[in-house]
Amino acid sequence: MENILTINNLTKKFGYLTAVKDLSFTIQKGNVYGILGPNGSGKSTTLGIVLNVVNKTNGDFHWFDGNTNTHDALKKVGAIIERPNFYPYMTAEQNLKLVCKIKGVDTSKIEEKLEVVGLLDRKNSKFRTYSLGMKQRLAIASALLNDPEILILDEPTNGLDPQGIHQIRQIIKDIAANGTTILLASHLLDEVEKVCSHVVVLRKGEKLYSGRVDEMINSHGFFELKADKIEELKSILEEDDTFGNVKIEDDLITAFLNEPLSASDFNALMFKKNIVLSHLVKRKESLEEQFLQLTDNLN
Amino acid sequence: MIRLVQLELQKLWLNRTSKILIFISFILPFTVLVLSSIKINFFGFFTLELGELGIFNFPIIWHITTFFASYFKFFFAIVVVSMIGNEYSNKTLKQNLIDGLSKKEFILSKFYTIVFFSLAATVLIGVATFCIGMYYSSYTEASIVFREVEFLLAYFVKLTGFFSLCLFFGMLLKRSAFALAFLFVLYIVEWLVFWGAYEIFDSADKAFQIKNYMPLESMYKLIDQPIQRIVMTKFPEKAELGYDYAVHFSEIAIVMGWTALFIFLSYRLLKKRDL
Repeated sequence: MENILTINNLTKKFGYLTAVKDLSFTIQKGNVYGILGPNGSGKSTTLGIVLNVVNKTNGDFHWFDGNTNTHDALKKVGAIIERPNFYPYMTAEQNLKLVCKIKGVDTSKIEEKLEVVGLLDRKNSKFRTYSLGMKQRLAIASALLNDPEILILDEPTNGLDPQGIHQIRQIIKDIAANGTTILLASHLLDEVEKVCSHVVVLRKGEKLYSGRVDEMINSHGFFELKADKIEELKSILEEDDTFGNVKIEDDLITAFLNEPLSASDFNALMFKKNIVLSHLVKRKESLEEQFLQLTDNLN
Repeated sequence: MIRLVQLELQKLWLNRTSKILIFISFILPFTVLVLSSIKINFFGFFTLELGELGIFNFPIIWHITTFFASYFKFFFAIVVVSMIGNEYSNKTLKQNLIDGLSKKEFILSKFYTIVFFSLAATVLIGVATFCIGMYYSSYTEASIVFREVEFLLAYFVKLTGFFSLCLFFGMLLKRSAFALAFLFVLYIVEWLVFWGAYEIFDSADKAFQIKNYMPLESMYKLIDQPIQRIVMTKFPEKAELGYDYAVHFSEIAIVMGWTALFIFLSYRLLKKRDL
């Protein structure tokens, strides 16, 4: 598969503080990546380095096949860092024209991209009159101007109201559906879970995990069960090696699987044992649960 | 190169404050020049006509107009420091780099713009001086008209140097107001250097020679004050009034050296900085 970004042993020190420690990972074409980590875990610093605004201390990175220098590569990248930065005295259209000139692309795409983010009717308003949600959407339009190979978003929904968050997520999903590679940094787990297929987990500048979201921890998921004969059900589950931990909360049993087992096979098994389930749900751990498990394991 | 100038011109031209300042820095010296060249009648008491003083004669007119016009450089200096200050305060510098402008291109786009405006100001003052001179001057032979035209070159180098200094201060301090204040600090520092040199060598001449190498003084020295020269033409018999007012190549070289250094340092500063 084609590599878009390769990072090798990247380190960044701010004085005594090591913001990024020996970080390596690869971004491949066509996937949606999330960089997860609590505040101050080095997400923005890492992005800053690959985007040419923060100087690395050690290690290296290269864009695409490694034959293009960073500032030329950035012309094929669309990126938004933290807050939308534009010239407040220019209109949306003028700001985008400037970006076109920097990226060396034709200005013909401006209207199309403003349409994508729903700002076409406000294109002649000055940037300073925009709400935060509109500013963020303009930033996305600007990042899309060159039809980038990869779109980098750093906390794109930070500080937005629920409606704004929803709009931005919808736009991101639409873009991902078109096959654009996306790298999304966030501390909001459900955000990453909703849009990303791959994830890199950082903590204090170190990589804890990188790979597919659903393979983040070794887990076959768990069943949530309800039945009239609740004690009997519990004892059967505890005797069965297929199940590990079994918990009861009120009348809801949660049974964690040690090996794969489908819900229908399980239901048939219970029926044979004369237990009728009134509630059966098979679930995987949410990213939040996985994330906490992952970070706990290392504590 | 044209792309970089276009970028910067768009940034400046759409900003109302810098547009007004640019207008002032171009139109004001022009207006003063034109006003001073017409006959002003003070309510019948007396008429003031500067032209009669002989200051609009070739070749001295080149010296006079470039000297006085260079004072209006402060208006454009404000534009230069604010074009850096704004990039920092709007964080658009960071966004420009992310969008694919290299740090070198960023500095060059500012420098090219400075050169562009200095050149425009020089051409404008050159044309205006030529017209007024042709109208008033007692001598209009080509050999006399173009004799001291090197003052225009000095004017151009002086503007470019001064704006490069402003650019460097803007990059260093990130705030326009601090950068302008720092110009004043530098002015004081240069006098301190003069004082220090005077203490060491115990000679004012020697101290001035050293001060001539300092950035602000070297720019000022490019075009010496013309007042004494006007007086000189009135009293040609007083030899002690004589002084060296010509534009020297060494003076131009010093200022160009400073210009190169300021641009290089601005680039180094930006390269080292985490944004």
